[in-house]
Amino acid sequence: MDADISEIREKFLNLDFDEKEFFIDPETTIEYARLCGETADRFLDVTNADFQAPPTFIASLSGRRMLPKNFPRFGLGMDAGKGVECLKPIRPGRKITGKTHLHDVYTKTGRSGRMIFVVTRIEFYDEDGSHLANADSRMVMREKK
Amino acid sequence: MAISTLGDVEFGEDLPAFVPDTTLETTRQFAKLVGWDGPRFTDHEGARKEGFPGALVPGILSQGYLVAMIHQWAPAAEIINVDTVFRAPVLADEDHTINGVVTDIDEDEGKVEIDLTVSNAKGETRIFGTASVKLPN
Repeated sequence: MDADISEIREKFLNLDFDEKEFFIDPETTIEYARLCGETADRFLDVTNADFQAPPTFIASLSGRRMLPKNFPRFGLGMDAGKGVECLKPIRPGRKITGKTHLHDVYTKTGRSGRMIFVVTRIEFYDEDGSHLANADSRMVMREKK
Repeated sequence: MAISTLGDVEFGEDLPAFVPDTTLETTRQFAKLVGWDGPRFTDHEGARKEGFPGALVPGILSQGYLVAMIHQWAPAAEIINVDTVFRAPVLADEDHTINGVVTDIDEDEGKVEIDLTVSNAKGETRIFGTASVKLPN
């Protein structure tokens, strides 16, 4: 691994740099599910005993910062992908808290030079502190020469 | 046939193809719902002014299509994780198809791994991803 990336990993990985509260609005999660093409009542019917937000809904929730303060800018960032890990269902009508940290920083090198990938993870917790889910955003920056 | 249990799943089976609603109207509604209502997701001309070939389907909407497809195939499936790589833009008002194939079955854990792709009408892969789902034994 490149020395500068090792240094960045040591300095920034796994340190929470943002915390934000979200109210999970049932009307919003139902509309989200409908637009995605979900047809199951547990996503669409608020009276269903197992009513929950669709699994990828948390990917739409953003913290106040994408990167920690003083994180080096290698170039313009582009959205390279999203990941969601579901630990427990997200129940609409409740508040959840998202805590953000950098989960991974790595590089790939091609003919056009070095690309830096940064994975920002938001961990979501309910009001009892139970860990519900993780949402990863993968950003790629092409290094300026 | 909808999948009910892990025993119904065969290694290497294709999920029924899923045709997502990628109309501009749906894309626009979704973008407004999540607060991403800039022109790149809501208006072809506005997106072109930003340098895109047309209005884009938000990546998280495509991710939602992948999961809806899995639920259509196996209504009781619980998503454990889904990871997507945005390889190229998915354009609104263009036809797309989602395909999936079962790449692993873990009978001890009750889990199935699925590879997924979103392709345009030319057969070009725009998004690919993997999902891990849990099914009743």
